[in-house]
Amino acid sequence: MDAIILQILNGLDKGSAYALIALGLTLIFGTLGVVNFAHGALFMIGAFCAVTLSRLLSLSHKVEIPGAVDFLGNPQMRDVPYIYEIFGENLGATIIDWAVPLSILFAIPVMILIGVIMERGLIKHFYKRPHADQILVTFGLAIVLQEIIKYYYGANPIPTPAPSAFVGSFDFGALIGFDPGTIIYPYWRLVYFAFAAVIIGAVFAFLQFTTFGMVVRAGMADRETVGLLGINIDKRFTIMFGLAAAVAGLAGVMYTPINSPNYHMGMDFLVLSFVVVVVGGMGSLPGAVLAGFLLGILESFASMREVIDIIPGINQVIIYLVAIIILLTRPRGLMGRKGVMED
Amino acid sequence: MGILEVKDVNKRFGGLQALGNVNLSVAENTCHAIIGPNGAGKSTLLNCLVGKLIPDTGAVMFDGQSVLGRTPFEINQMGISRVFQTPEIFGDLTVMENMLIPCFAKRDGSFALHGIRSVTSEAELRDQAEQMLEEVNMLDKRNMHSASMSRGDKRRLEMAMCLVQNPKLLLLDEPTAGMARADTNNTIDLLKEIKEKRNITIAIIEHDMHVVFSLAERITVLAQGTPLVEDTPENIKGHPKVKEAYLGEAA
Amino acid sequence: MFGLDKKDASLLLIVTALVAFAPFLLNPFPEGSAMAQFNAGYPDLMQRFVIFGIFAIGFNILFGLTGYLSFGHAAFLGVGSYAAVWMFKLLSMNVLPAIILAVIVAGIFALIIGYVSLRRSGIYFSILTLAFAQMSFALAYSVLTPITGGETGLQLALDDPRIFGSATTAEGNIPVPGFFGLEMRDSTELVLGNWVFTFSVGYYFAAIIMLLSFYLSIRIFRSPFGMMLRAVKSNQQRLNYTGLNPRPYTLAAFVISGMYAGLAGGLMASMDPLAGAERMFWTASGEVVLMTILGGVGTLIGPVLGAGLIKYMENIISKINSDILHSWFAFLPDGLEDLVVTLIYPFIGKGWHLTLGIVFMLVVIFLPGGLVQGGQKIAGLFGRKKAQEPKNATTEPAE
Repeated sequence: MDAIILQILNGLDKGSAYALIALGLTLIFGTLGVVNFAHGALFMIGAFCAVTLSRLLSLSHKVEIPGAVDFLGNPQMRDVPYIYEIFGENLGATIIDWAVPLSILFAIPVMILIGVIMERGLIKHFYKRPHADQILVTFGLAIVLQEIIKYYYGANPIPTPAPSAFVGSFDFGALIGFDPGTIIYPYWRLVYFAFAAVIIGAVFAFLQFTTFGMVVRAGMADRETVGLLGINIDKRFTIMFGLAAAVAGLAGVMYTPINSPNYHMGMDFLVLSFVVVVVGGMGSLPGAVLAGFLLGILESFASMREVIDIIPGINQVIIYLVAIIILLTRPRGLMGRKGVMED
Repeated sequence: MGILEVKDVNKRFGGLQALGNVNLSVAENTCHAIIGPNGAGKSTLLNCLVGKLIPDTGAVMFDGQSVLGRTPFEINQMGISRVFQTPEIFGDLTVMENMLIPCFAKRDGSFALHGIRSVTSEAELRDQAEQMLEEVNMLDKRNMHSASMSRGDKRRLEMAMCLVQNPKLLLLDEPTAGMARADTNNTIDLLKEIKEKRNITIAIIEHDMHVVFSLAERITVLAQGTPLVEDTPENIKGHPKVKEAYLGEAA
Repeated sequence: MFGLDKKDASLLLIVTALVAFAPFLLNPFPEGSAMAQFNAGYPDLMQRFVIFGIFAIGFNILFGLTGYLSFGHAAFLGVGSYAAVWMFKLLSMNVLPAIILAVIVAGIFALIIGYVSLRRSGIYFSILTLAFAQMSFALAYSVLTPITGGETGLQLALDDPRIFGSATTAEGNIPVPGFFGLEMRDSTELVLGNWVFTFSVGYYFAAIIMLLSFYLSIRIFRSPFGMMLRAVKSNQQRLNYTGLNPRPYTLAAFVISGMYAGLAGGLMASMDPLAGAERMFWTASGEVVLMTILGGVGTLIGPVLGAGLIKYMENIISKINSDILHSWFAFLPDGLEDLVVTLIYPFIGKGWHLTLGIVFMLVVIFLPGGLVQGGQKIAGLFGRKKAQEPKNATTEPAE
């Protein structure tokens, strides 16, 4: 029992990331009808927003340490971040410590801007081209984006820690009445899950309760009719693209403490997220979220020693296997509408 | 016993009864028209004949064999060719290639590797194809890219592609939809000519009564998924039930 | 000639001549000159040109003719490599059985994956092939380590059985792959003044196979089978109602292109007898897509051109570093020199992928027919006056 709960918990953080990326992919596919292979790159850029902000906050200048001299007799220097001088040492240190959560504020405008530029500058021209062309051009874009990041940030993963308050683990098992020490769970993963739940809830609420969201949902169901009603659907879809980019970016920002960001993390997640979208059902938002969590948890179950001992290597292929079975037996996915891109 | 026998066919889409107890018999070497107001189930019936849809109940027999459960290509191999409402041709290919594909299908069956001999070396099939193009007055267009042709030409090409297979039954789905009067008359003449020259059965779905009465020997009127009457064109004209179906209860 | 019409025969002859004289053509700059780094006439790189040429030719038979975009073709290349290396380990160092087995195994593999994937089309097909390839990669990397060598890759060893050959050479080394006594690694050099030309057995062996593959692909393009594949791409509905079953046609195309990939993989292992899982990674599948699109999808020569260009860029552009850039622009005033170098630097050396990505995007956006279409456009610009009259005569008003 405790092992099962542990695996479910372990699957949650990856599942959250899958769900957030798949949600954005589905929003874009459902509204614009575009298959976006560059969506993983947006996740990656989000992660590097966090890297950038924590570097910006830590920008320092050298200050002499009073009274201290090195062996040559020169005064010893230490790095003092500028931010200490603005906010004082204590608050400054806290701000640097909280760089990753603060990056959310930084990443939202950046990601929306990138998304809007991408849509207006490139994707717009591919609405009427075949899906293969959309795949190809966004695939090219993904390469370009990740190479730009690689050029500026290098090829190695950049450790970006969570705020010290969330470093470490807690005994989740003891909280719910198991023996102490059976279910140890890192704080940040729980934060990530909660964060993902909030974002997903916000996106659904936005689509459900605002006029804007209502028009977008109508557009997803039947684009032509909504266009005929004289509603400028294109403009809204541009904003949707920005929103989807922001969702992917935020997923990336908060993922940095779990996995140090590198330039190809987007591609790694993209392939899996596509699988998630397909399993959930192309164009179905709840399907994307459900499939994201399901596959994340399934993956973590498949990584259990007991399972691997029976079927070696299953943890490596479980997601693909599920996708293949789903595509062959129920092509519309778990929650896809009948007839939407079924063949 | 006709070449095509439809017996008690029913088809539902959710709550909508698209076809209800449809019975139809098309005699060999006749031209049989199926008419009816919009939503009468004409296209659904046609799709049941060619394997696109499978009826919920009932039987469809062609030439003594059931077509139910067979795929469209199997049904074509049995001898049914279909012309679509909007011309379906191989737009990326030339007119000649468009013609050769049905020739290969007729000779080699639904799948063959055909070896790696060049298409140009198939003299016999090319002759066949050219003859057919001649018949529909398109021989001069044989090297054209077929997507760049006019709609009328595409329609004629599609017809030629079906006829070159020498089908036993030719299904036409509104072959003159959207055509100008002159083109419609040309199509009628072409179909009449074909009918005289070959032993062929034609089943035609059509809105244009001019076309129907120029071609058909039997007419079935379909309304709300059920056949109302089946009779000769003379008797259909002015039939009270038909008027009612087309003009509604008020008339 | 060879059952080809005049145009195709001359294309084949031109390609044959280019391939035969490649050691000269790709080495235009004398040894030791500043431009010598742009020479591509060394065996290792030339072998890659022709081997990836085979890979792209095969991919084009599937994507170019049927329009099915596979994102997992590298799996077949990887499988072919493994099969070939196993032949070297178990049987002998002769490349012939190794290549034959590579083709057969890749074909069987493609048959299984194709049978399942082709039940869907469009983007689902792309994702299915991608999923299968990633699965193969993950398995080769982990569980199948006894067969694939896992992370280190599959390598030859001194204690391999090699039942039809010797396990070791007289000097006690691992023997090298050969073709009935001709060692792939052998080469002769021809020195003409400052120029050094290298003729390697491996290159010419691979080149001959590439020419045969190219010839076969022309025959397939011109055959009724090729016509059917184009019909699949053009209108599957019509094909179905014309009495033809599209699935076996696409499956045959898939298997053939998988066998081409296996052939490329087998050749790769013959040139350098080792195989690693990274050859199956999905970026490797993406690479062959890039090659085909860049050169011109659906054209005969396009994929070969694309493969050559990408491998050239990979090898040559990635070798340029900032020192070389500085020496090129040394004639500029200092500040300007630095500026120019700074502007170009991200696109060279390690940044060649960036150049690749940009070129690829530009091609997809502006030149969907690839370099071949570009060439035709340029040729059209120059030959416009001549061509204008007959062009007007054939253009019919639409509708």
